[in-house]
Amino acid sequence: MSNVNPLADLTSSNVVIVAGKGGVGKTTVTAVLARAAADAGQRVLVIELDGKRALAELLPDLDVRSISAADSLEEYLIEHGFKRTAKRLVSTGVIDVIGTAAPGIDDLVVLGNIKKLERSGEWDLIVVDGPAAGHAITFLTSASGLLDAVRGGPVRDQAQDVLEMLRDPERCRVLLVTLPETTPVNELIETSAALEVRVGVQLASLVVNQVDVADPLPEPGDVDFGRARAQVADALAAATFRRTRLAVQVAELDRLNSEVARPQIHLSARPVAGLSPDDIAALAEELTR
Amino acid sequence: MTFDPQRRVELRDVPGTTRNSLSEVVDGASVLVCCGSGGVGKTTTAAVIGLEAARGGRRVVVVTIDPARRLADALGLADGLTGEPQRVSVDEAPGSGELWAMMLDTPAMFERVVRANAPNAAQADRIVESRFFRNIAGALSGTQEYMASEALHELHDDERFDLVVVDTPPSRNALDFLDAPGVLTRFLEHRAFKLLMMPTRTGFRVLTVATQPILKAIGRVVGSDVLADAVAFFQAFAGMDVGFRQRAEAVTALLRADTTRFILVASPQRDTLAEAIWFADQLAGQGFSVHATVINRVHPRFGEGTVAEAASRAVAATKRGKFQLAAVWNNLAELRTIAAAERAELTPLLEQVAGSAVVEVPLLPSDVHDVVALDVLARHLFA
Repeated sequence: MSNVNPLADLTSSNVVIVAGKGGVGKTTVTAVLARAAADAGQRVLVIELDGKRALAELLPDLDVRSISAADSLEEYLIEHGFKRTAKRLVSTGVIDVIGTAAPGIDDLVVLGNIKKLERSGEWDLIVVDGPAAGHAITFLTSASGLLDAVRGGPVRDQAQDVLEMLRDPERCRVLLVTLPETTPVNELIETSAALEVRVGVQLASLVVNQVDVADPLPEPGDVDFGRARAQVADALAAATFRRTRLAVQVAELDRLNSEVARPQIHLSARPVAGLSPDDIAALAEELTR
Repeated sequence: MTFDPQRRVELRDVPGTTRNSLSEVVDGASVLVCCGSGGVGKTTTAAVIGLEAARGGRRVVVVTIDPARRLADALGLADGLTGEPQRVSVDEAPGSGELWAMMLDTPAMFERVVRANAPNAAQADRIVESRFFRNIAGALSGTQEYMASEALHELHDDERFDLVVVDTPPSRNALDFLDAPGVLTRFLEHRAFKLLMMPTRTGFRVLTVATQPILKAIGRVVGSDVLADAVAFFQAFAGMDVGFRQRAEAVTALLRADTTRFILVASPQRDTLAEAIWFADQLAGQGFSVHATVINRVHPRFGEGTVAEAASRAVAATKRGKFQLAAVWNNLAELRTIAAAERAELTPLLEQVAGSAVVEVPLLPSDVHDVVALDVLARHLFA
């Protein structure tokens, strides 16, 4: 990764869809990338899909939009000649039925909405905080799935347009997020294979969140505590704990490197239990180093 | 040198409540529902609770949604978890019970539900062999939750087991699971489907599609062939709604039973805690209570000292040019800082679930991937 400028690499497509297992910090990475790109002068739009308000709080000065399947479907219907009935279709729940008749259509209209924003040319970068754990693959395969299932009509056209965007690395990439731990790394390895094979979408560099960047700690037995007694046992236990976790981290980053041939970008762990806009700004600077 | 993370103490000191222990919650339960957002260790928690209950003499089955390979390895299931309960070997101590584990296979479970309700095999075949079945088995909103609740009911009735531990899908919405039993009945009762199912004079229902403006509209959007297939699929459900409704009522009754208990699982980050609070709130709104709260992956505090004490020793060591020593004290200060930040974040949740058994499980130095680590977790959960 030494030759890659992380920010340039991550902003090389118009749309970046951030995906990863629950708890790895997808929303954090979305915010960090948007912050870094905006600070570099790009016109950035942030899209969140699950109705959480976290991104607007982390990025108070950026354009953060929430896109829901129901709204997208309504918009889609209006655009396809159902001006008068769209509201009624939504309010009576017929929308749900459509979603069931053609599985994936709710995901497709959301992607179609993103595609429309991308085509508008109003933004240099659109960062999407992708759907929650496990749903990323079904979300992104909705277009190819519908292309198989639907033989004609507007849905098929929409699916084709979306697939074109997903498969063009200049227009769209998927950014996978993980943690330097065993289970999230396994998850990333599985997801990356599935995305490339089943969707044909290009992966951006991998982002490893919460990397412990501490200097290596000395072997606790080698440290001379002098005459100190109080809390020495605590300090030793803490050092052993940190060293073990660092060793796991090194091993997992190596394994990730050998299993997924993509550059890794590391974001450092911060000693807090919830990030503030200032933390996001500090992490964003790590992308421009 | 190992750290001693036996520090769950202050969590139990939220005033004004007497707390049960997790063992008491488990002992009185025939069903345990583990809920919470994704990535908080729900599956592992469910497995550890199951393991411990089996050691205590219960005949336990753990149903997980998450096809976690490492968990299967940790439980010694060489071929991974399957859609059928598999026996897991626990210590052959006297008085020890049994542990079984399975993974929810949503389409297979859906097929079983259809077959159990269909008046005859031919009608069941028509449904499950439809080209929509597999899509719909996975795509109908709430299907996974619905099948999890079905599995729960089926296993509860299974005489092999006296405790069912279920790990719910990683939904943000607790109601998805609680509403799940009624998913199919509500769907079949949906006005739009009533239209689809409406008998016509000719008896040829697909014709209805062409005559109903709404259906015509849907057909124009999704394609009329797709709609026709969907109509045929749902027509195959004709006459099965009574059975589904009765079943839904039975599952709902089980969820509301005295011996069904909810365990909320969370981790000490602000966003997951906010979701846990929301979850608990939703449960309460539906008249369910959280019987136990498990907070996973809490950074250990490493003693009773403060951040400032450790930091000042680091400064002193640096002044004397003892950089290795300074690094070790700095590390203690850093880890205590994280632990303190996490504890501050935990307070609102602990207030929300006052009255439930609260257990804090420390972040372990390495991932849980073998039975030894499961044992370590069990010691913390049931300390």
